[in-house]
Amino acid sequence: MFKILQKTASTGTVTVNYAAEPIKISERFRGRPDFDFDKWKDARPAAEVCPTGAISLSDKGDSRKVTVDYGLCIFCGLCAEASSEQAVRITQEFELAASDRRNLVLTAEYTLNADRTHRGLRKVDRKSVNVETDVENLGKKARETIHKILGRSLAIREVDAGSCNGCELEIVALNNPVHDIERFGIQFVASPRHADMLLVTGPVTRNMELALLKTYRAMAEPKVVVAVGACGISGGIFGVNYASLGGVDKVLPVDVYIPGCPPRPQALLHGILLAIGRLAERLHNDRAG
Amino acid sequence: MMTQSTSAMFEALRQKLGPQVQSVRADRENEVYVLLRDADIRPITEHLRGEFGARLVTVFAEDRRSAEGVFFNYYVFEQKGSAQYLIVQAPVRSDSLEFPSLSAELPAVNWQEREIQDWFGLKAVGHPNPRRVALHDNWPDVYPLRKDFPLETVLPPFEGERHIYRPAFGEGVLQVPVGPVHAGIIEPGHFNFAVAGEPILYLQLRMFYTHKGTEKLFEKLLIHKAVFLAESISGDSSFSHGTAFCQAIERAASIEVPLRGLVMRTILLELERICNHVGDIGAIVTDVGFVIANAHASRLKETMVTLNEQLTGSRLLRGMVCVGGVRRGWDQVQLNTLRDTLDSFAREFQDLISLIDRSESTRDRLEQTGVLRPDKARDLGIVGVGGRASGVDLDVRRDHPYAAYSRYPFRVPVYQAGDVWHRMQVRIDEVNESIGIVRKAMTDALQREFRVPVPSIPSDRCALSAVEGWRGETIHWIRTGPDNHLQRCKIKDSSLNNWPALVEAVQGNIIADFPVINKSFNLSYSGTDR
Repeated sequence: MFKILQKTASTGTVTVNYAAEPIKISERFRGRPDFDFDKWKDARPAAEVCPTGAISLSDKGDSRKVTVDYGLCIFCGLCAEASSEQAVRITQEFELAASDRRNLVLTAEYTLNADRTHRGLRKVDRKSVNVETDVENLGKKARETIHKILGRSLAIREVDAGSCNGCELEIVALNNPVHDIERFGIQFVASPRHADMLLVTGPVTRNMELALLKTYRAMAEPKVVVAVGACGISGGIFGVNYASLGGVDKVLPVDVYIPGCPPRPQALLHGILLAIGRLAERLHNDRAG
Repeated sequence: MMTQSTSAMFEALRQKLGPQVQSVRADRENEVYVLLRDADIRPITEHLRGEFGARLVTVFAEDRRSAEGVFFNYYVFEQKGSAQYLIVQAPVRSDSLEFPSLSAELPAVNWQEREIQDWFGLKAVGHPNPRRVALHDNWPDVYPLRKDFPLETVLPPFEGERHIYRPAFGEGVLQVPVGPVHAGIIEPGHFNFAVAGEPILYLQLRMFYTHKGTEKLFEKLLIHKAVFLAESISGDSSFSHGTAFCQAIERAASIEVPLRGLVMRTILLELERICNHVGDIGAIVTDVGFVIANAHASRLKETMVTLNEQLTGSRLLRGMVCVGGVRRGWDQVQLNTLRDTLDSFAREFQDLISLIDRSESTRDRLEQTGVLRPDKARDLGIVGVGGRASGVDLDVRRDHPYAAYSRYPFRVPVYQAGDVWHRMQVRIDEVNESIGIVRKAMTDALQREFRVPVPSIPSDRCALSAVEGWRGETIHWIRTGPDNHLQRCKIKDSSLNNWPALVEAVQGNIIADFPVINKSFNLSYSGTDR
């Protein structure tokens, strides 16, 4: 007993204070690829190497539309390696959760040279990955509905709908002493009947479709659904095939999407907080105080 | 290509089995293919097991109807003390679609033969339990790994029962269904317990809930993209599966990975083992109420996962391994971080283990719980941690050296008791060995080259690759195709044939001990289901 206490005392506090304080992460961490559309002279090499089709092209005559979908991205970094003009840069950004699937998609339109490289940038649709707007929208919705009823506690039911187990590892890590999600009054519960939030991973396999639906139906209103990881958002590298439906929103209405492969614990926390409007409240308080 | 030793072997096999053996070929060292004239594998299996004490590692099939007019079954054998894999290739005629089952004598291939039935529509004649395993009962009659089944096929809505569980009768006998959605944050699978009071009489498993067409998908992706699919076979084994896959391609295309690439792979494979083992140790003791020890274990795991990120940019070691080596080298700063983190981890790990060792109640709950007897483990073909705790002395790192393992000698812990305590003990010993391996390998990780350029991959080459993932033996077998694609990629995670060990180990235990017994094996659902 004494040894246990001694070890606890000598360890001290290890919990990090995310999201109140920014966290320090390794500069090697591969977060959101950032695209400098003005500099980008050819999108083809990046689109060719992308394992999931997160970067896709459609050429019509002498114009090209480039689509970047962070909901498909597995953050492998190949696009940055393939783009010689350094137009694609891997950043450390990980707070990518969005309430609207469309907000994870960027598009750019180019006119083309004869050799199919870019001549000029015609138009960029940059509304995506804009956390500010999301927080406001979601925060309003959440304040009005969930927060009033739930007070300061949230119960999450997690369902693996065919994931590789990568997302589960990071969700489990939320419970470790370093991330300690319970400091927010958030807990994972065993029964969907106790849950306010359904946190779903995996591309939704044919074999998990029914179990996922049953779990959702067993939850009381109001409830929110959060789709986790590239697979949960879009099917990720598995996509749509005879055994995979290609994302949670093929089966359930999704409130928040958290990109990543898998999303790191702070990214999960950010998405969860976003989903319940707690982050909005915190930002609001910060601004007020 | 036929070397002298293979031609001698061919002669020996010819003498023994007569004209049934059509040819023997060795595409490369340690990988010998024996082609049979028909599907009857029994005589050669009997010969190899009887004469050489060979172990049947895995069984799988391939649809070669368009090229060769037949299906092939492949039976991979290994022999104690030899680094060679012997692969018996048996044609299954497309007009009969039948092959003789080995499962009655070799329960280890029970699920694997049924998988061939489900995915290829070939019949394992004489199988003692020929029910579906990989496809649920409510699926239509489709054979997804046949070449004429398109990956994107949209199946009709499922009808009927998913699986008919065998009923259990008797006074006071109850059946308790659990899953596929479990109480904790774990992968999905269905467990049906028949209990008499508290003790478990019989456990029935229904897996493959996470089946997502992975092997079929490998046939569609470009090889460099398929590396990322390999990393997603089982998330906690991203690096093991990624490496197994890349090794297979490298063998097929005769690509020589530079030493530094091999050393870095070795280090990362061991870091994956350390992370998962320390996490499992915590999970095992928390299941018997020692929550504080788990708090320390999960904190230690977090420090190692953070190290992973500093070394590879990913907490799960993803996006690092590639065909030809590894994608990025390490600088001196990173190696210093590795050394310092490992040193402090090693100290803290000893503290953790001494906390657990001092807890009599923990030991009391884990000893003689969930016993898998060594004879059962051998019969069922159990590999990895669960096997070594039950006397099965196998470790791919030692038996079929790959990466840079032959440079760094280590000890393979083997126990006979086969209980939860000893499965934890194997993990503790292995963490200590892994620390030793990484410390030795670190000094070799600063040479110049870590990757070679990869040429176009030649078509129609086969290669087998094996890695000792932290769970156990991980096998990838590939046949390359044109334009840097694959015609077939077979994946065998160690979990596939280890699940029946759980059925065996829980018998007679109380249902409340199931979670800790399950955790002590900690098998991969996604790796099994693919």
